[in-house]
Amino acid sequence: MDKRVANTIALAVLWVAAGITVFVLFAIIGYVFVNGIGVISPRFIFTWPHGVAAVGGIWPTIVSSVYVTTLAMLIVTPIAILAAVYLAEYAVQGRLVSTIRFAADSLASVPSIVMGLFGLALFVEAAGFGFSMLSAALALSFLMLPIVMRTTEEAIRAVPRFIRWGSYGLGATKWQTVSKIVLPAATPRIVTGIVLAAGRAVGETAVVIYTMGQAINLPRTPLDSGRPMTVHLYLLAMEGINLRAAYGTALLLMVMILFFNLGARWISRRYRKV
Amino acid sequence: MAEVHQHHEHVTTGPEKITVKNLDFFYGDFHALTKVSVGIAANAVTAFIGPSGCGKSTFLRTINRMNDLIPGTRVAGKVLLDGQDIYAPGVDPVDLRRRVGMIFQQPNPFPMSIYDNVAYGPRLHGAKKRAELDEIVQKSLERANLWKEVKDILPRGGLTLSGGQQQRLCIARVLAVQPEVLLMDEPCSAIDPASVQKVEDLMAELKHRYTIIIVTHNMQQAARVSDFTAFFLQETMGEPAVLVEFDRTSVVFTSPSDKRTEDYITGRFG
Repeated sequence: MDKRVANTIALAVLWVAAGITVFVLFAIIGYVFVNGIGVISPRFIFTWPHGVAAVGGIWPTIVSSVYVTTLAMLIVTPIAILAAVYLAEYAVQGRLVSTIRFAADSLASVPSIVMGLFGLALFVEAAGFGFSMLSAALALSFLMLPIVMRTTEEAIRAVPRFIRWGSYGLGATKWQTVSKIVLPAATPRIVTGIVLAAGRAVGETAVVIYTMGQAINLPRTPLDSGRPMTVHLYLLAMEGINLRAAYGTALLLMVMILFFNLGARWISRRYRKV
Repeated sequence: MAEVHQHHEHVTTGPEKITVKNLDFFYGDFHALTKVSVGIAANAVTAFIGPSGCGKSTFLRTINRMNDLIPGTRVAGKVLLDGQDIYAPGVDPVDLRRRVGMIFQQPNPFPMSIYDNVAYGPRLHGAKKRAELDEIVQKSLERANLWKEVKDILPRGGLTLSGGQQQRLCIARVLAVQPEVLLMDEPCSAIDPASVQKVEDLMAELKHRYTIIIVTHNMQQAARVSDFTAFFLQETMGEPAVLVEFDRTSVVFTSPSDKRTEDYITGRFG
């Protein structure tokens, strides 16, 4: 075959493959947008659902989702950062460290339904937290931990050696260098990782369905149960209760995750110059 | 194995700040330097020259134990600072590095304000009072010939300065911890020519207070700024580098006693 023809064909195939990816994304967003936009209103966002058909708004589910995600972030962030600092700065690089890293990567690939089941057994039942924000946040933190830990570790490693050496050269100890120079320099990328993990948590269904409960409830203490947006969406659609509200919830959920992703991009760009 | 010439015995160096005796250096299995013995004069500029890979930067980093930060490195021999072995057990490299400051090839201000860059070291070592820090910051920037340029923009980020200003900021940052020795690892190779002039002028002023060692690729620079010159060379790949010649700069550049030094400074290799 003529090599120019082969080149043209290859280009066309690549273009189609790329085109399909973009098309699928826009098809999903467009479909949800068209079906959901009619429902969205301040009333939909800020009022409670009522009746068997769950008409009205979805306010308690938004609060539940935000509540559990915030709580999970608070649990994950310190543990993930300390673990990453240990792995990147202190641990002697060797078999133990590669094992920890492999464990983290494996943890990230555990199916979320399994994580939910585990959360149910451990937090809801064994620990006695019941269906609650706390149980769900702890289970979600298992999901977020490897993401935040690995991005933090990479962020720490990305801080150039010559900046650390500047600090050591002034008579700084390792901890002074890590806490005053390395972590601040790595912060934008660490925050990006946390925000992306939070976006993942907001959209998670399988984990929370087993750990938070399903009651429509405005959570106050961490031991209150609730129903997050994803579970609300699942129940409305699966049981054909109120498809319009399901699409409205789906659209809001996507908008929230979009904001998380845009926020992560904004943070990493805003601070890249420093 | 290269023959090692050591001419420093008959060099009058005045009081010696640093004395190196029979130093060998290893990166894991790689033997990088062998049998380096040299005396570094106080209040003078000593230049380390030689082709790339000759171990001059490695040797420089043995003087503040910066190589300790690279896993798998090992030192044999003695490095004496004011007569005390810095590799002796019980010597804390963290304390040593405060006395032996270092300027790097790449200007490396921290991602923080100009003021905080200079105050970083003193704060590490316990200075807290604002007035005290203000004074240290001003004095250090003055000594680094940067005060006039930055006195109105101290809260601005250190990385907003030009490359040459950044390098003088890094010098000020080191001066702020009151070191006795300044190690400069190719401090001018990443900055513009006008700034090079400023840094060189600064070295001439600073040598009255500090003992300065500069690693440079630039032989004209070594000839301009230094009082003493050490020429390092790795003659065969895989073999350790050696100190070929050490003498007054005027002697090294006009009548070197080793053929290899002459070949290098006349541009026959490297």
